[in-house]
Amino acid sequence: MRLRLAALAAAVVCTVMLAGCGAGSPGAAEAAREHPHDGAVPGDEGELPADESELSGDLTVFAAASLHGVFEDLAEEFTLQHPQARVRFSFAGSADLVAQLNAGAPADVLAAADESTMAAAIGAGSVQEEPRIFAANTLVLITPPDNPAGIGDVSDLAGTDVVVCAPHVPCGAATVELAQRLGFEVQPVSEEGSVADVLGKVSSGQARAGLVYRTDARAAGDAVRAVEIPGADDVVNRYPIAVASETSQSTLAQAWVDFVLGPQGRDALTEAGFRTP
Amino acid sequence: MSTVDVEDRTGGLPRWAFLPAALGVLLIGLPALGMLVEVPWSDLPGLLTSEASLAAMGLSLRTSIAATALAVVLGVPLALVLAWTRLPAARVVRVVVLLPLVLPPVVSGLALLTTFGRRGLLGQYLSVLGIDIAFSTTAVVLAQAFVAMPFLVLSVKGAARAAGRRHEVIAATLGAGPTTVLRRVTIPLLAPALGSGIALAFARCLGEFGATLTFAGSLQGVTRTLPLEIYLQRETDPDAAIALSLLLILLAAVLVLLTQRPGANRHGWLPQPGPDDRRRSRVSEADRAARAGTPGGGER
Repeated sequence: MRLRLAALAAAVVCTVMLAGCGAGSPGAAEAAREHPHDGAVPGDEGELPADESELSGDLTVFAAASLHGVFEDLAEEFTLQHPQARVRFSFAGSADLVAQLNAGAPADVLAAADESTMAAAIGAGSVQEEPRIFAANTLVLITPPDNPAGIGDVSDLAGTDVVVCAPHVPCGAATVELAQRLGFEVQPVSEEGSVADVLGKVSSGQARAGLVYRTDARAAGDAVRAVEIPGADDVVNRYPIAVASETSQSTLAQAWVDFVLGPQGRDALTEAGFRTP
Repeated sequence: MSTVDVEDRTGGLPRWAFLPAALGVLLIGLPALGMLVEVPWSDLPGLLTSEASLAAMGLSLRTSIAATALAVVLGVPLALVLAWTRLPAARVVRVVVLLPLVLPPVVSGLALLTTFGRRGLLGQYLSVLGIDIAFSTTAVVLAQAFVAMPFLVLSVKGAARAAGRRHEVIAATLGAGPTTVLRRVTIPLLAPALGSGIALAFARCLGEFGATLTFAGSLQGVTRTLPLEIYLQRETDPDAAIALSLLLILLAAVLVLLTQRPGANRHGWLPQPGPDDRRRSRVSEADRAARAGTPGGGER
């Protein structure tokens, strides 16, 4: 009994000190979704030049949480082409990934969800210049499937329980900019730290509406009803990708970057709802 | 004859045991130290008094006090029921009550959401009545009380068990009703354990993060408590996040220290051997006397 109580007391201290434990990136897994495989892929296999198929080794990719589903699919296709290679991912918020990378975490490639976090990685010398833009995301309006507040477009948002991302995070900054540009008013009942949290509040019916990225709305499937916002294309969030400075796999890393920017990468990203360059 | 000298400074422990013990201290102590190194000391006053920081502190303080009060009102009777009654479902109740201690906070938040949320088990009926706790400060208080009450219950229950019912029995024989006994005898007797239970529950409320984030949302001054503010500031202003973290660590340390007061431990959180053992045997003697129906048995 005494031991158990002591253990509990220790747990209390831990819990209080690490106020944010278990914060992680909830909901990232939801984004994982099977995409039907592109019919062109198996045909490409045998026609590769010999030198490319000799690529081998383990590649570690740090990628923004919103890339979860599409990158997992792309890795499968990549390893079909390069059977000796293996791709491992760490998915998290871009700011977390850059902080980890700058602190010396071992990664070969960084794919961030916005240019300012990539700029922080460049500033710290963690990635090689120049990063290349491989995708872009825009905002959509979402409501619960039954749309209880009868939201038709952004002008209906005034006076309803709407949830957005906090201005501190990229999707929130985009929301503020879009609202200014289109001249609609949002008085959110909650400003969340991640898109996944906005999605969760809306899909559970807790909030009547929310603003999230198009790709997140698509990955959520029937859990939410998405409404395109006319003019949303004017505010885009660009996704840059770069090879890490400390990589020991620079050839393989460059091959992954080229693959993401290539036709297969573009197809998969488009399928997931991203705009591609 | 070889003996273990437990009065020795080493407490009779083998020397090697001090190595893992020291490593254990480092495991918990070093990260706190690491953070101290990062604290932007010169900017500290400014960071702590920014509008967002003050709003988060004020909210955290208000909600934690309310949630701790709720935990006391519900938790103390619950602890006594668990300690002293022989209800058939007691074992199940005990497991249910302690669940929040071991659940990941995000799971607690989801559980609250599916119950008190707009479309939840209870929430849908509350909504019909016009009571909507979604995205309100009330939701924060509920989340905090949910995760903090087990600490209070554990603390008070342990003390109630250890104290036995000697004094209550005597008071009853002297003509006091059950409510008077509870108010005049039981509660004062359990005060030290109640004190440490309150401090722990309050500390847990201050640190609550996952359940609040999942269940209540995050809006400055309404639902964005200190831990949520830290989580968000980390994205844009790591210095502010560190400054607020330092504040939380200090508060937590003070609160835990309060539970370590000599005397506070006598009945509750970390029962200690020694003089207490003798006391306890006196208690059981008196218990026997009382049970044998000897009024005033405690005086012998």
